[in-house]
Amino acid sequence: MAAIDTTLTRKPPSSSSHQAVARVSKAILRNRKATLGLVMFLILLFVALFPDLITSKPWNESVVPPAVIAQCQQDAVAAGKVPNCSQFPPTWPDYPLGTTQLNYDVLSQLVHATGVTLFTTLLISLLVTAISVVVGVTAAYAGGRGDLGLSFTTDVFLVIPALPLLIVLSTYLASGGIAAIVFVMTITSWAFGARQLRAQGMSIRSKEFLEAARVRGERSWYVIFAEILPNMLPLIVAAFLGTSVYVVATMAGLQFLGFGNVGDTLTWGTMIYQSQQSMALESGNIWWLLSPIIAVAFLGTSFALLNYAFDEIANPALRKSNRRRRAQPAA
Amino acid sequence: MPSPLLEVRGLCVDYVTETMDVRAVDHVDLSLEPGEFLAIVGESGCGKSTLLFAIARLLSPPAEISAGSVMFAGRNLVALDEEELRALRWSDYSVVMQSAMNALNPTLSLAAQFRDTMEAHGTVSSAEIRARSIEVLRLVGIDELHLASYPHQLSGGMRQRAMIAMALLFTPDLVIMDEPTSALDVVGQRSLMTQIKELQQRLGFAVIFVTHDMSLVSHYSDRLAVMYAGQLVEVASTESLFAEPLHPYSRGLLDAFPSIRGPRRALTGIPGSPPDLGHPPPGCRFQPRCPMAMEVCATASPDLAPVGQSLVQCFLYQTEPARAV
Amino acid sequence: MAESGARADTPAPADEPLLQTVDLTKHFHLGGLLSKQLLHAVDGVNITIREREILALVGESGSGKSTVARLLAMVYRPTSGQITFRGRSVHDLRSRKDLLWYRRQVPMVFQDPYSSINPVFRVSHGVMRNLQLHRPELDRVGRDAEVERLFEAVGLTPAREMLDKFPYEMSGGQRQRVGFAAALAVQPRLILADEPVSMLDVSIRAGILNLMIDLRDRLGVSMFYITHDIASARYVADRIMVMYAGHVVETGPVEDVLAGPRHPYTQLLLAAVPDPRQKTSFSTSAAIGEPPKVVDPAPGCRFRLRCPLAVEVCARETPLLRPMAPAHQAACHVASPNTALASEG
Repeated sequence: MAAIDTTLTRKPPSSSSHQAVARVSKAILRNRKATLGLVMFLILLFVALFPDLITSKPWNESVVPPAVIAQCQQDAVAAGKVPNCSQFPPTWPDYPLGTTQLNYDVLSQLVHATGVTLFTTLLISLLVTAISVVVGVTAAYAGGRGDLGLSFTTDVFLVIPALPLLIVLSTYLASGGIAAIVFVMTITSWAFGARQLRAQGMSIRSKEFLEAARVRGERSWYVIFAEILPNMLPLIVAAFLGTSVYVVATMAGLQFLGFGNVGDTLTWGTMIYQSQQSMALESGNIWWLLSPIIAVAFLGTSFALLNYAFDEIANPALRKSNRRRRAQPAA
Repeated sequence: MPSPLLEVRGLCVDYVTETMDVRAVDHVDLSLEPGEFLAIVGESGCGKSTLLFAIARLLSPPAEISAGSVMFAGRNLVALDEEELRALRWSDYSVVMQSAMNALNPTLSLAAQFRDTMEAHGTVSSAEIRARSIEVLRLVGIDELHLASYPHQLSGGMRQRAMIAMALLFTPDLVIMDEPTSALDVVGQRSLMTQIKELQQRLGFAVIFVTHDMSLVSHYSDRLAVMYAGQLVEVASTESLFAEPLHPYSRGLLDAFPSIRGPRRALTGIPGSPPDLGHPPPGCRFQPRCPMAMEVCATASPDLAPVGQSLVQCFLYQTEPARAV
Repeated sequence: MAESGARADTPAPADEPLLQTVDLTKHFHLGGLLSKQLLHAVDGVNITIREREILALVGESGSGKSTVARLLAMVYRPTSGQITFRGRSVHDLRSRKDLLWYRRQVPMVFQDPYSSINPVFRVSHGVMRNLQLHRPELDRVGRDAEVERLFEAVGLTPAREMLDKFPYEMSGGQRQRVGFAAALAVQPRLILADEPVSMLDVSIRAGILNLMIDLRDRLGVSMFYITHDIASARYVADRIMVMYAGHVVETGPVEDVLAGPRHPYTQLLLAAVPDPRQKTSFSTSAAIGEPPKVVDPAPGCRFRLRCPLAVEVCARETPLLRPMAPAHQAACHVASPNTALASEG
């Protein structure tokens, strides 16, 4: 009978997903950036899921009592000025962030927009990541002509200037609502990640376990999704987080420029746009402009922090090393 | 009695990071006479390469020498700073790496690399540089027209020999080699070893040769040091080690080689794996795998003590320590 | 363990060989799209493997041995030549069902224990997949039991504990055993073993080599053992084939070939193997030089540039395998059946 190897002296692992979750949680809690980023994101998630806990006012109706408006108009007439009874400044407790041009409550708008913005951002990020994974990994695995075709397509999309394309498409699809924004942003953002993932896929391609999978008869799609992909999770998560930062900023920027603001759907970017149109900064309620900007920055920062921290967690070489100092060797 | 060329005493190398604290080399004592060929043999993870780099002062963080001394040419290499080491490096001792493609600059021709090295050590005359380059290439059997070649244009064997040529530029007293043949085929390995031995006998330098393949050095080394789990377990002349290995690990290692001559024997190998150096077993480190283990071996650590002309670290040849465990 | 040189004990091989190749050839295109250069990795190789036999293919880098393995594993398609398994030509296998049938017959064990197992899954993953793909008669419970049984068969005990480990928790030797377990899962008659011990420590190799012998003796599995180490080939194999630069240069029963090598390359190989127990001399005359890269070769012996015995005909005509002794052939113009060439001295 063949000689038997004794087992290594290590504790047998508990179930793999338990272990993975425990490991990641511990890593997150140990890393301050990760904890902060996660907390920030969870705050926004909470606001998105439970808007009623923050404000009970409607977001698309005037919240200023008619009496107050009437009073304001009277005062204006009396003073010989043109009545301008909107964009009221912050007043506790009625409208803590003031009102908009139509006297909607800015805080309620902000809270309502959180859900939409968050959802749209995550949706776009997920779609972008999914497409770049499929394209990138398939290109790496296929090699030869398949790779050539996919890489060429990726490069084309990479090279097309994103902003003009975004603007053009947004104009064309102005009536498309949120779906249009999602579509437009997705097709202009997937190429970068695809390149990265293809590069990593290529480095995994030469590993023997893939050859072993082929030799035992696995189909190509199985090899790609069940064997290669799990090995690329760190990079995929990093791509997702990085994309999210990009999406947050770009979506807000697009809408600020006036594109993609559609009908009933209110996002922070739309708030920024509307407040700018109504000269909130110059002569109105400055908080109508500032609060969505701060919100955008808040979300972007949370993703950015998670992104940095994830790099550190995934790549031990980036961690601050707390090397203990040993005594100097005797001469 | 001439003093030894190199004397290592109590050398310890530790890898310290926030997640691990491992002693890769544990109180190693070694001495080397001028012109001697010493082979350090051990399997993966035993610390032989770490030991070699420690002697050559080529360790980088997180590895560091935490104790011990390396006396070479009357000076303790451990205590020298980078500038002092640079003066010694290549002129008094040189290093041959495992893979030429790692050691040679792929973007420079051989001539340029030789020139860089020589200029770094003060030779400026290009006529001198060229003459010396041709000379060392000839020593290793490479035609001088390859001076203009880039490493990738040379075959594997030639590249390894070019590395050795580079190591001999200043005819050092000691050449340290880290498995320089492992990238070559069987025939190439044998050929390179023969060449190294010839050069050694001709130029008189000492060699420390690290390898995992005991049989490779069996015809070339004067002495053999067997390493296991960061410690030397046996140091003996090559002949006596192969004729009669004393330590059970040496014996197991020797018995693990299938032979092409003589009758076929069953091989047993050494079941199990080397210990985790982060948590070494108490007592003798080989005890968990040792076919001759006794009770004392689990609790006490033997010293590297003389047995005849050899040194062995095993309770088969020494009594238990008097002090309490 | 008793001496396992007792080959007389194994049952007489069946008449029909398990696997046979005729004139197996593989050329690779070199250079860019417009280049017509062909790298002759494997040329005209004839292999016969029978039941319950271990055939060793010995060669150095550039010999083509890895390419042969991959041709047999259907990773590459041959440029020309035939591969027949149990009478069925591999060339005719087209449908998924056919391909799966073949893959079940000829699984492969790989060289690098550190990259041949997917690091993100438990070590039982590959074995399980083999069972799912090739043993449809087993249900979930059956598969679980079978995985355990396989781990025990290759010496990974306690099996229950071993199954749950991740690759990083196992040593190189243990991972190679997992590789064999995965190969055994399909109940093969033949296992392709591509340098299964080359990357393992010397003290661990014996265990794997003994496992291979055990599988042949106890389970009757044949092996095609590819290696550059002729000493390990001698230990496990019944027959041996020596390859050089894409050609088979010598083949025969392992003891015969090692005791009386006819081809100068085989002799060089044997002389180059250091044997700690015996001093041998090694003249460097033929040792200088390395296996050539065979690109668009002219006819003639590919070893002639290194061969101390080369004569004029060696440059003109490619030598073919000729019988030197019963079942022992060598491809050399100079070698003759009567005289075993004196080994290098």
